[in-house]
Order: sequence, then C-alpha cells, then structure tokens
Amino acid sequence: MNAALANLRRHPRYGLGAALVVAIVLLVLPLAAGALGAAWVRTLAFSALYVMLALGLNIVVGFAGLLDLGYIAFYAVGAYTFALLASPHLTDNFPAIAHAFPGGLHAPIWAVIPLGAAVAAGFGVLLGAPVLKLRGDYLAIVTLGFGEIIRIFLNNLNQPLNLTNGPQGITLIDPVRIGELRFDHAAGFLGLRLSSLQLYYYLFVALAALSVLVCVRLQKSRLGRAWMAIREDEIAAKAMGINVRNVKLLAFALGATFGGVAGTLFAAFQGFVSPESFSLMESIIVLSMIVLGGLGHIPGVIFGAILLSVFPEVLRHTVGPLQEQLFGHVLIDTEVLRMLLYGAALVVIMLYRPKGLWPAPQHGIAAPPSPNREEA
Amino acid sequence: MPADPLLLVGDVGKRFGGLQALSAVGMRIEHGQIYGLIGPNGAGKTTFFNVITGLIKPDSGSFMLDGQPYEPSSVHKVAAAGIARTFQNIRLFSDMTALENVMVGRHVRTHCGALAAVLRTRAARLEETQIRARAGELLEYVGIARYGHLQARTLSYGDQRRLEIARALATDPKLLALDEPAAGMNATEKVELRRLLERIRDDGVTILLIEHDVKLVMGLCQRVSVLDEGRVIKEGAPAQVQRDPAVIEAYLGRAHET
Repeated sequence: MNAALANLRRHPRYGLGAALVVAIVLLVLPLAAGALGAAWVRTLAFSALYVMLALGLNIVVGFAGLLDLGYIAFYAVGAYTFALLASPHLTDNFPAIAHAFPGGLHAPIWAVIPLGAAVAAGFGVLLGAPVLKLRGDYLAIVTLGFGEIIRIFLNNLNQPLNLTNGPQGITLIDPVRIGELRFDHAAGFLGLRLSSLQLYYYLFVALAALSVLVCVRLQKSRLGRAWMAIREDEIAAKAMGINVRNVKLLAFALGATFGGVAGTLFAAFQGFVSPESFSLMESIIVLSMIVLGGLGHIPGVIFGAILLSVFPEVLRHTVGPLQEQLFGHVLIDTEVLRMLLYGAALVVIMLYRPKGLWPAPQHGIAAPPSPNREEA
Repeated sequence: MPADPLLLVGDVGKRFGGLQALSAVGMRIEHGQIYGLIGPNGAGKTTFFNVITGLIKPDSGSFMLDGQPYEPSSVHKVAAAGIARTFQNIRLFSDMTALENVMVGRHVRTHCGALAAVLRTRAARLEETQIRARAGELLEYVGIARYGHLQARTLSYGDQRRLEIARALATDPKLLALDEPAAGMNATEKVELRRLLERIRDDGVTILLIEHDVKLVMGLCQRVSVLDEGRVIKEGAPAQVQRDPAVIEAYLGRAHET
C-alpha cells in the first residue's frame, strides 16, 4: 500500500489517473445513491460540507497546531450571514430595510459566499487576536468558550432587536440559484433528470474539491511551512524570522473562511437555520473527523470527514431495523449507540493509531543505511 | 578610522528578580571574526545571547548591527535584521524533513503570501523553486544533502547540529550566533564542526560562538570574551585571555592562603 502510494508520488501520470477515477466515482455516486433513496444523496451532500469544514479546521489544528474547540462558530457565522441576507426575516422585522428592499432581500449566493467567507475570517481574527499567547489546553478552553458565545448570542439576539429570531431560527431562506437554475427543483441535464438534492451534491462536491486544491497549495507553500514550523517549535520559528502573530492570525482567518463558506451553503441547502445546529458537539465531531483521519494530512482528513458523516446514517438505516427484527422493538436508540461508537472509536484510535487512520507518510524510518548512523 | 564593527553592543543590563544576570556587558565583533564567549556555568552567557537575539528583553543596552542600530524587541525582527541563531538544546522542526527545515529558514528573505500560493502565480512558483534550490545547496554545504528527505528527528545528533546551522544560514545572516554547538559531540564530530565553522567564516559570515569547550574556542576564535557573574571580566585574543589570573580564578577558584 505504502509502496503503491510512493509510486503514485513519483509518477504524476498515475496520480492523474487516480484523480480521474475519483472524479468519475464522485459524479456517478449520487445517481447510484438516488436509486437507494433520497436520504443517501442528502448524506453524501452533507459529507461534502463536512469535508470543507474538516479541511478548514485542519488548517488551524493540523497545520498550525492550534487546538480549536469552537470551530463550528464560523460555520454558524456563514450560515447566518446567508440566512439574514436571503430571507424575509430582516424585512419583516425592520421597516427601514423593508422600505429599502421592496422586493425583499434576496442576495445571490455567489455574492454571499465571499461575504460569508470574509465575515467568518473577520471572526477568525477576532478569536485569534486575544489567544495568540495561549497554547494547548488553555487555547482549547478559550476557543470552546468562543464557540459557545456565538451560539448563545444567536440564541438570545431576538431582543431588544430581533436580529436572529432566537431559538426559533430563521426560515424561508432562499435556495441556491445560479442564473436560471434553481436548486430547489429538479432539473434536466443531458437527458438526466437531477433532483434538488443531487444538484446540491454536485455544487458541494465542486466546492469541496476547490477547498482541497486550496489546502494542498497552502500546505506546500511558504506559508504552509511557516504554520508547520510554528506547530513544531514556536521559538525556533520566531528565530527563523517568522512573524508568529501574523502567521497564526492568518491560520485562524483562513480556517474560518472554509467554515464560513460551508455555513453559507448549509443555510441555502436547509432553507432554515437555528442555533441548535451549531452546538459544541458539532465542533467536537469536526475535530474527531480530522483526528480520526490523520491530523495535518489532507487525504486523511477527507477520509475522516466522509467516514464520520456517512457512518451515523449507515447506523440509522441498519441498527434500528435490525433491532426491530431481532427483539421486536428498538433497545438502544441509534443516537446513543452512535455516541458510544464514536467514543469507542476514538479510544481505539488513540491506543493503536495515534496519528489517525491515514496519517502523513513518515520519512526516515526506512532510512537508507549509513555507516556512521544507527537507526534513530 | 576602521569601518564599523559588525556587532557593537554596549551596556547591556538584565535583572531577574533579585539576580543581576547581566551588568554593563559590552561586545564588539569585527567583520569576518569568529568571536568566542566563554565563562563558567551560570555566568550569563545564554542570557546575553538571548538578549541580543531578541528572546529576552534587556533592562538597558545599545545595539548596532553593521552600523545600523537594531532593537532586539522581537525575535523575528532580529532575524530579519541579520542575526541567525542556533539553540543550546537543538530546536529543529522535528516532524518536517531536513530540506523543509532549511526551507523554513528562507522565510524571512522571501515574500509570497497566501493568495499567491493558492493561485500558484508565476512569481510564487519561481520563488518556491529558488527556496528549494537554496535549501538544497545549504544541506550540501554542511554535508548532509543525502538526508534531505528524512524527518529531522531521525537524524543523528551531530547531523541535527549541522542541520540547525544550515537552517540558520538560510536566513542569509550577517552574524551567525551559535549556542554551544559542540555540546555532546564526540572528538571526530568536533573536528568536523571546527572545519565547518572555519569554512563559514571564510565565506564571509561572522560567527559568535558560545562554548564550554575551551580548547575549541581557543583554537577557533580570533577574540574571546569571558563572562562571570554577569560581567565581562576579560576580553582579548585567546592566548592573552587564557593566562589572565581573573579568568583562571573564575574557572578554578582562588587559592586560599592557610
């Protein structure tokens, strides 16, 4: 397996072939899943969103080594940005805005995606600036608090000004529209009829693929090396002339950007957002994805995100009916079972594969023999 | 009138609580020298070193590098000004490869930002190629090019020291400051280190060397400062310093009359 991978690296043509295979699988997958039921297409679309989230968090945690337990806040920021700009909520509650937009607020998605990314990046810097000197557990606690603050704000900002509609959330959010194509209706393409879910799936996969490209390029850049240097040894990184403050802030901001974009898409996809979707548990799940997959290793992170987003659905569709058949009724709720298995999986991973299921390749273990050097 | 010295530091003071770690320490390093800083344990060598490289904020002092005043207010600015350092306990980026370690050293002399990296502009690709090429040259220069693809932590101790020097050289320093580079090295490695440092000096980089190994310092340095209890007790050519009674006393203690 490792030899095959090394081979891949040496021969870009194989890499191109592999990418082609992946692309075909990704294209055909929703058609196959559509035959099994719409719920599966939905799961796949969510997988793509989670891939984006995991890649973004991986910049902060995996590359720069800054443990962030409040990452979902940026997802929330992106989601609410689109929710506010493309739903009747603001026009209903603020006569001035209704007056300014007599046709209602319908910001197009292509404009909100960069905006959501920028707003989330701003929040990233807002979080990053005060925690620059913190590391490890302390950083984790502050970021956890930050995530909760955002959620609580969203929950309570329905008075005195009704900005977020509180726990009821914002409804009637516009779907994605690109030109004449509305993503909330089925559409025909080259003789194929694609459902709304399938359209969203393709959009999300395209953006996830773009995210992968961005991450790969960042990782192999001067900036990516600076992040990794900070992760490995902050003092030595400084001594190499790296402006640790700026580079860390950039990690927070760029990581948040991915969350913001994913959040924008999420809001359009669901047509509804509420603070409930952005709980601490969500942050932890995204973090589990990257830890389980392989911290700092992009293929591992993608793998972890897909695994942990598809797995609960598989569980839902198999364990419930299975228990019904065996015992006549459901003994253990799938939700409970899911948490149990998550916990067990993480413990097992930490014990047996502490670097994740698909970690970055290690160089040096199979070092070429040298006369004046023992195996390190 | 001689040209400006490379490093001119004056009147450096630093107090840690009740301990006066450095008092009125001065140093003048000429271009192209290997300058030694020695002294018994706890004399303040590393503190002084950390002050001039920006890691510790001094209470007082004036700092000139190559005729330009520089403020050792933050470490990355000192590196940009032209002082590169190594650490007493090796501090490599241990999970990165040897080549990547040296590539990080090029950070301060390169400019490409996030956007250029994502768009992979012509300038970004060109710069990346140059970074890689220069890093490769430096690995070759210190003699560990064959380990470029290995993770830094898998290198042998002596090679890790070399890698740290290569990484420091990657910042194009005017002054290379080495904190006990020979610590833990065996005799062969020390000979090799000495050859390397002489070569670096001959190629035009001035070196400040903190070292316990008096023999190495005496053989290698043109000038030496001796620090004891936070003060410079002697400054001069190695042969002079070695004979100085105050230096001998600092190292061996005073002979008591009975």
